[in-house]
Amino acid sequence: MSNAAGNVRSERPATRRALIAVAIGFLALFLLSPLVVVFVEAFAKGFGAFAAVFADSEALAAIGLTLLVAAITVPANVVFGLAAAWAIAKFSFPGKSLLITLIDLPFSVSPVVAGLVYVLVFGAQGLFGDWLVAHDMQIVFAVPGIVLATIFVTFPFVARELIPLMQEQGSVEEEAALTLGASGPRAFLTVTLPNVKWALLYGVLLCNARAMGEFGAVSVVSGHIRGLTNTIPLQVEILYNEYNSVAAFALAALLASLALVTLGLKTLLEWRHGDALKTHGRH
Amino acid sequence: MTLSPAAKAPWRFKAASVLPGFGPAFGFTLLYLSLVVLFPLSVLVWRASGLGFSGLYQVATEPRVAAGLSTTFTISFAAAVIDAVFGLIVAWVLTRYEFPGRGLLDAAVDLPFALPTAVAGISLASLYGPNGFFGAPLAALGIKVAFTRLGILVALIFVGLPFIVRTVQPILLELEPELEEAAATLGASRARTIWRVMLPPLAPAVLTGFALAFARAVGEYGSVIFIAGNIAYVSEIAPLLIVVKLEQYDYAGATGIATIMLAISFAALLAINLVQAWSRKRFGHV
Repeated sequence: MSNAAGNVRSERPATRRALIAVAIGFLALFLLSPLVVVFVEAFAKGFGAFAAVFADSEALAAIGLTLLVAAITVPANVVFGLAAAWAIAKFSFPGKSLLITLIDLPFSVSPVVAGLVYVLVFGAQGLFGDWLVAHDMQIVFAVPGIVLATIFVTFPFVARELIPLMQEQGSVEEEAALTLGASGPRAFLTVTLPNVKWALLYGVLLCNARAMGEFGAVSVVSGHIRGLTNTIPLQVEILYNEYNSVAAFALAALLASLALVTLGLKTLLEWRHGDALKTHGRH
Repeated sequence: MTLSPAAKAPWRFKAASVLPGFGPAFGFTLLYLSLVVLFPLSVLVWRASGLGFSGLYQVATEPRVAAGLSTTFTISFAAAVIDAVFGLIVAWVLTRYEFPGRGLLDAAVDLPFALPTAVAGISLASLYGPNGFFGAPLAALGIKVAFTRLGILVALIFVGLPFIVRTVQPILLELEPELEEAAATLGASRARTIWRVMLPPLAPAVLTGFALAFARAVGEYGSVIFIAGNIAYVSEIAPLLIVVKLEQYDYAGATGIATIMLAISFAALLAINLVQAWSRKRFGHV
């Protein structure tokens, strides 16, 4: 063999270096540079200008609304994820794979379409439009619509982390707990939950990041009322379109920091508890 | 539930189990899924069926919509092809080579999943804008990226890359070293070993990643609209046209475009399932 490294399972050092350079170059160009630019633009006029953005009442209202939406969305999808995983992983019934496919469905729907379906249901010309007007209720172009659209786009995050893991774990441990006299809820709290806690946390992280950062779906149902129905991403859009670059990028930097923290915690979880997560990285 | 007159055990929806809580858990799952996802989506399908095939055809062939759909599908396809090539290289380098900063680079691949689309959107628009870090030197060379279809391509490459890397990586890790060694022992060059022995089992994963990246690109909105400039007939994407139609209170038009997009995404998903079924038969893994 004329392979210089003497290893038949690797390429020549020159080829290897070239491929590493291509990979690093591509990632730096397409993935890392947009991230860096967010912070560069946010601090383009110094730290004072950056900090002043967060004193604005509209910006604070947007941050508050984003936190509110996440505070409703994440627990709702956690309860759903636990219920769905319990039913699917611990019992056998017909149509299970169809149910799993349906749970994953929101991932293959464009965010804009996700917003559109709620307008078709709750909008003024929608299915329940007349009824809602008659009862003086508003869902679309108001906070409830934003919450619904966010729940839709983040729907599968928790469930899809829990279902494969709990299927893998089976129900032997729960059965043992019941045999030893534990009640059903106690078996769930002291056996099932500790077994899936890292996967649950992983799902919550991803769900929260998406809930706080969602743009397309929320944009369709929000109505863009300043200080009332603008989440952080929508406020970023408005500021950017008004050529208020520092303010737009300052709020964007807040969201980018959230993304970095999420990525960091996610990597830490995969590194420390990789076995307890089993399936990850498939979106 | 039916009452069976037969003497044997009556048919039950759920197999017998000592664990409690199936009823509430299953019931809540179905209720929540139906209310949040299935009912709203079926309203869309119901509105679309009201349009009929001729109505859908009319929406799709409206010149501005036709231009938007063709922009979305051709550029999504091109971005997915570029992602497939470079994603394969990135996955290869990350799984098979050791170099400083590899772990960091590996974590960075998920950035497009984590970074909100609007943030990526304004960042790309500023980066490739006439005065941007990349935009200014490119403009000097006579290449305009922002506010052209090239800009849409850049944004869709960003969005789709992790899909390829994350589907190819696990398969690359599972490749048996004996196969490569056997090929080398039998006298194959390294290039030939890679081409004839290692890439064929990776092909289904690359195809799956390609289809996922394509489906995501077709529906992408936030990261595209800022850099695209949204010029009618040139750089308008299909999801943007849904928003435009809604702003004009043209619910039928919006429904029509959404239905066409959904149909294409589902076709891509179906293709993924077929590729995976074929791959399981051929290679014994997904």
